[in-house]
Amino acid sequence: MDLSRLTRIDDWTWVVPRTAADTRHEARLYGSRSLLEAMDDKVLEQITNVARLPGLVGPALAMPDAHWGYGFPIGGVAAFDPDHGGIISAGGVGFDISCGIRCLRTDLTAADIAPNAEWLGDALLRDIPAGVGVEGALQLNERELDAALLGGARWAVEQGHGIAADLAVIEEHGCIDGARPDNVSSLAKRRQRGEMGTLGSGNHYLEVQKVERVHDERAAAAFGLFKDQVVVSIHCGSRGLGHQIGTEFLVSLAKAASRLGLVLPDRELACAPIKSPEGQQYLGAMNAAINCALANRQILAHLARRVFARRFPLAQIDTLYDVSHNTCKAERHQVDGRERLLYVHRKGATRAFGPGHPAIPAAYREVGQPVIIGGSMGTGSYILAGTKQSEERAWSSASHGAGRAMSRNQALRRWRGRAVVDELGVRGIVIRSNSMRGIAEEAPGAYKDIDDVAEATERAGLAKRVASLRPLVCIKG
Amino acid sequence: MKKSGSDPDFPPTPDGGGPEIGVRPRFSAARRFAYFDHDADTGIIGRGATLAEAFVQAAEATFALMCDTDAVQPTERIDVEFTEADPELALVTWLNLLLAHANAQGLALGRFALEQDGGRWRGSARGERWHPGLERGTQVKGATLTALNVARDGDGWEARCVVDL
Repeated sequence: MDLSRLTRIDDWTWVVPRTAADTRHEARLYGSRSLLEAMDDKVLEQITNVARLPGLVGPALAMPDAHWGYGFPIGGVAAFDPDHGGIISAGGVGFDISCGIRCLRTDLTAADIAPNAEWLGDALLRDIPAGVGVEGALQLNERELDAALLGGARWAVEQGHGIAADLAVIEEHGCIDGARPDNVSSLAKRRQRGEMGTLGSGNHYLEVQKVERVHDERAAAAFGLFKDQVVVSIHCGSRGLGHQIGTEFLVSLAKAASRLGLVLPDRELACAPIKSPEGQQYLGAMNAAINCALANRQILAHLARRVFARRFPLAQIDTLYDVSHNTCKAERHQVDGRERLLYVHRKGATRAFGPGHPAIPAAYREVGQPVIIGGSMGTGSYILAGTKQSEERAWSSASHGAGRAMSRNQALRRWRGRAVVDELGVRGIVIRSNSMRGIAEEAPGAYKDIDDVAEATERAGLAKRVASLRPLVCIKG
Repeated sequence: MKKSGSDPDFPPTPDGGGPEIGVRPRFSAARRFAYFDHDADTGIIGRGATLAEAFVQAAEATFALMCDTDAVQPTERIDVEFTEADPELALVTWLNLLLAHANAQGLALGRFALEQDGGRWRGSARGERWHPGLERGTQVKGATLTALNVARDGDGWEARCVVDL
């Protein structure tokens, strides 16, 4: 990105300057100079386009891991007021609605895993349905699927996939209100029939990790984390159902915007006023997809626990947290000293409520909401905690991943899947996948430095680092 | 013979013991598709003498990201029909219908056909149910409106867009 097009506010905050005649809102980017320099200029173009959308409140924001998306940049955050013409955008949520990360904490240590890593890799690959064209063990009829779309992770637990204690530490307690299965097409439901409890492909993974370093002892204690502890992270979303909802509404909202006279700088910002019939239609379908994703991750977490139980029957495995990073959610925020209901789009961005927020589980409320930044299979991930400052700076939002440093095509030119597996094996990281191509595309070198992203997230005041995680076993979709 | 190496539009795929996928000669009579870079996803390009042929090649490009389309046996067939006057939205609709039906029926697709009659489109695709013998690439979630362009290309047509992976 050409930084001469930005105004530097401080070392971690940049804005796109406006001309006197420009009526758009502020477009603000968070990150270090080096992270921003590495971003595509398209990020600048896309976040500036978001700043022109109707009913926007405050600035359009790009997180430190932002990269070129469609409509919104990945890492884009924007809040809209339904009472002031605010819109909801399918391009502001994305195809993989409610994609997110479930993190399980265990009472095992890295020393327990070392002699069992190969076994775990094989067993997890066998029991976790992963990759394109792979279906799960569940085959849901339409009535069962509708129940899942209404009940989310609660439905999954009721069906025997996991324990009730999980629900207390999932966003929305595992089930978001406002889901409308009737707004979901039959084709979307058909796509999901065999996909509940599947990982998918691309950058989705299930990873066994160890806590490499504790950055904040107090928050780590609240989260139940300690050095060398084993955790399990599951990254996936709403699978075929969410993809189909995204597909259908991207086109239908683009047409609705045109019909409603909304002038969009980019057709991919397909949107409609939140209060319009089209906006409500999408909202109900999107919420159904959020519940689909919550149910999906709940089932996968249960499958992972069952694998661990075979080798470690006495191990305690709890859910640390489950957080989505492709959503639009109705939230109450302070604006100029007044509380307002806003619809916050986070596309490739994690909610990061600060200490004291009532939506945070009681056990974590004093230190802030757990924020999970997923990294590449070679370099690890981070657990952070939301901050008070993030409420003022980013509607309580933070980064969601390392972000790609190069395209998939570039990665395929540079790496071969088998070589990546072998190289990581030498470093003590067991990789299992049904797709060698997928491994090459997801090679660690294809991603930005996760340490830089996590540091920038903290320095920008979006969330504070609690623990860094290093992969031990990775199942790539 | 599959091509790999120096052509930036045609990345080599990793060996890993499986067949190469997503790698095709550029302007043979049968294969006229390519790829372009996008940060997180991938751009696909189809070219053809007619709009419909360009769309067929765009479908080849899309499904070659998921499997070796040459290895797919044409034992199952799906049919799609839609009306769309805007050629760019027609491209996205065509690709997304194929993706949706393939996903819903658990199929890997490898052969495509499409006919255009004004704004009316009628197409089909052939393939087989996924099985362990098919090398798995990366699932395409959907065709997007990003970098979407359908335009004249010399004597023929070129159709391109970014697909979400």
